[in-house]
Amino acid sequence: MTALLNIENLSVKFPTRFGEFTALDSIDLAVYKGEIHGLVGESGAGKSTIGAAVIGLLQSPGYISAGRVLFNGDDLVGMDDDTYHQIRGDRISMIFQDPQTSLNPLLTIATQLIETIRQHSNVSRSDARQKAISLLKETGLTDVETRIDEYPHQFSGGMRQRVVIALALCTDPELIIADEPTTALDVSVQKQILALIKSLCAERNIGIVLITHDIGVINEITDHVTVLRSGRVIETGPTADVLGNPAEEYTRALMAAVPRLDKRLDRFRNIVSDDELNSDDTDWHIQDASAAYASQWLLSNNSSQQRPSAKSDNNHDPILSVSGLEVTFNSGQPGWFGKERGFKALTNINIDVFPGEVLGVVGESGSGKSTLAKAIVGLVNPSAGSMMFKGDDLPPGRHRSRKHQARRQIQMVFQDPYSSLNNRQTVEDIISEPINFYNLSTNKTDTRKLVASVLNLVEMPQRAMLKYPHQFSGGQRQRIAVARALVAQPEFLICDEPTSALDVSIQAQLLNLLKDLQQTFGLSILFISHNLAVIRQMADRVVVLKNGQLIETAGTEQFFNSPSDQYSQQLLRETPSLTF
Amino acid sequence: MTTWWRRWSRENELAWLFLNNRVAQLAALIALLCIGGAALSPWLAPSDPYDIASLDIMDSLIPPAWSDIGDERFLIGTDDQGRDLLSAILYGTRLSLLVGLLSITFASVLGVTVGLMAGYLGGRFDAIVMRIADIQLSLPAILTALLIDGIARGILPRDKHDSLMIVVLTVAIGLSLWVNFARTVRASTFVERNKEYVQVSEIMGMHPLRIMFVHILPNILGPVLVILTVDLAVAVLLEATLSFLGVGVPPNQPSLGTLIRIGTEYMFSGEWWIVIFPSAMLITMIISINILGDFLRDALNPRLR
Repeated sequence: MTALLNIENLSVKFPTRFGEFTALDSIDLAVYKGEIHGLVGESGAGKSTIGAAVIGLLQSPGYISAGRVLFNGDDLVGMDDDTYHQIRGDRISMIFQDPQTSLNPLLTIATQLIETIRQHSNVSRSDARQKAISLLKETGLTDVETRIDEYPHQFSGGMRQRVVIALALCTDPELIIADEPTTALDVSVQKQILALIKSLCAERNIGIVLITHDIGVINEITDHVTVLRSGRVIETGPTADVLGNPAEEYTRALMAAVPRLDKRLDRFRNIVSDDELNSDDTDWHIQDASAAYASQWLLSNNSSQQRPSAKSDNNHDPILSVSGLEVTFNSGQPGWFGKERGFKALTNINIDVFPGEVLGVVGESGSGKSTLAKAIVGLVNPSAGSMMFKGDDLPPGRHRSRKHQARRQIQMVFQDPYSSLNNRQTVEDIISEPINFYNLSTNKTDTRKLVASVLNLVEMPQRAMLKYPHQFSGGQRQRIAVARALVAQPEFLICDEPTSALDVSIQAQLLNLLKDLQQTFGLSILFISHNLAVIRQMADRVVVLKNGQLIETAGTEQFFNSPSDQYSQQLLRETPSLTF
Repeated sequence: MTTWWRRWSRENELAWLFLNNRVAQLAALIALLCIGGAALSPWLAPSDPYDIASLDIMDSLIPPAWSDIGDERFLIGTDDQGRDLLSAILYGTRLSLLVGLLSITFASVLGVTVGLMAGYLGGRFDAIVMRIADIQLSLPAILTALLIDGIARGILPRDKHDSLMIVVLTVAIGLSLWVNFARTVRASTFVERNKEYVQVSEIMGMHPLRIMFVHILPNILGPVLVILTVDLAVAVLLEATLSFLGVGVPPNQPSLGTLIRIGTEYMFSGEWWIVIFPSAMLITMIISINILGDFLRDALNPRLR
């Protein structure tokens, strides 16, 4: 059997002001009819570039410097534009990551589908509409006849992705390139979409290239897999072989770094050595600064004598106690005449966090996880309920004075390391800001020494303090964010999805770091994540949120072994995992 | 061959884009020549146009030096007073640029402060200030400037007019341009305000003024820089217009606008050079500054690339 898509020796280069950057280096790849071929790798591995090269969407100034892309035996690279345009509209389709942006918000679903169908085949408007309806039905949308005339914003994320898939099927393609089709979706929806893709592939006997960073997804639905790293193929073969018995060290490490749902590990394996660091970085030192100095400083100055000897000792009073918390968001502007109508983001939340414990907060998007965090730190005004911190009443929202003790004792690490650091400040300015603000140091030399030491503590070179945030990768930025939270000498740390913007290997490093810090300093952490596996690795107890309501509170082991609530069971079932 | 600027440009994206944009380079060169010539006018100009004693009425209305009856002392001719036109243009540009720079500084400080506060604080302050801005925007800038100019002339004692005119002009032009800054800064502040680094500062309990000026302001300087260049051209043009209308700088210190006004009277009697050269100077300068502004806007906005 000849391959549907055959990529031979493909190289893609991007000229930049630093010289030519090789995005793909001699890639060989074959995709057959009726199979799903997974491309997996971390960011920068070149997975999306392969998809873009096949469909001709390489971002300028990138270009194909060598190699061939054979589709049914025809070379797409040297093809003239008209023929190429025919093929890629008609026989190769693409499914993009974000269903929010891949549909035109100003046109109805019907218009978009009919236009695409009529573009490629000469059928009447009503026939095209019939075809659109049958396609939408095929993708599992219900109530199609009426919903087809609605606009994209009237559909949920998962439904929208189904519409995008229907759009890709419009022309009866032979090959579909799906670029992270489920990354923007919640786990329960992800499961359904993956099942849909798999059944389409089998029923229509088409080839699918599935690009993803999630090795769990690969394990779930692909037949073949190619592991990529820095634009090179590391390993390729049938999925069961590659994942079941990885030949390459990198594949093994990549799998080890994925947090597991079925058991708790002490530490993750460290895959990537920090090869970005050069001797220039490590040679630079501030006198007497070291990680040991930082930990000593953090431990000594900390006022709390009630360090817990054992974790989760329920005899202690909770460090933070939230009772009856409600947050209502007023929809839009209330206006001068209209009555305020509200949307309840959180309803009657009761949570206790004990000293030295990690409380995991789980929930899908829109469940109110982040709102809970913001209510605790005072960014959001609750509409009802009260909070106690270390036995004292914690004034909510705007009633909390700027000089309130809790503002130092509660620190937060945010999700997006690209927006949580001020790009116009050096790392030294960023980290020393809390030190100066809370008067934690007596003089400038001392502050500098502290900044350098804390950087060491979060496993960054001291020289980093001279640079700006944009010179660092996502994982390094997140370390800087952790360092900034640490220098305030907090007793309570809120981590809002701290690793969801990071690659698995970087995630593993950061989780290791957080674990170490938590154990060394006995921090209490509220750890928010949508990723159950991460929660399993980090949390002592778990709280499940759904639509702003508390569904279940349980110890981690108990939760993962025998969840009591039906919703929790469903969540656990739907998370893709690496177990065989 | 790696020269120092190539190495430097690799570190700095703006510099790299500049080195690869011939139009921007040309515009920068011309703008630099205009500004340099204006700033150094006391040393560069062949004569001092303000010095009445040096003027000779016999030299009046001499055409440029390359025409048949030209005089090599006056490269591009003289005006009706016998003033060397080249010197007058250099001095005039200096005055125009001075007023332009002062008023744009005034407008940007006012506009950025108001915009930051409106964007960050929101609520009632935002509503009131932005309605004022809307009202202001519905009046043409030249009308606002004329209005303020007229009021100032009415209030100030007559003998102080000439000495205070530059200040009045600065305020008048500045007040008609601050809205651009305020609106842009407010919009950018809205975006920045919701970013996590601002929330970090809020959680810490920092003073709102510190958050606004230390944290948000440096992050929104890009758009401000763009308006600064574009509006500098507008301010120079406004000054020229006001002077052309006769309500600008005092006549004994001619600016570009005054020169053009004087020139128009001679346009139909054959003395074309009196109006053409100051106008050409004004247009060249405005266009080159505008092109620079456009370049900055494109370079600082990654989405346009």
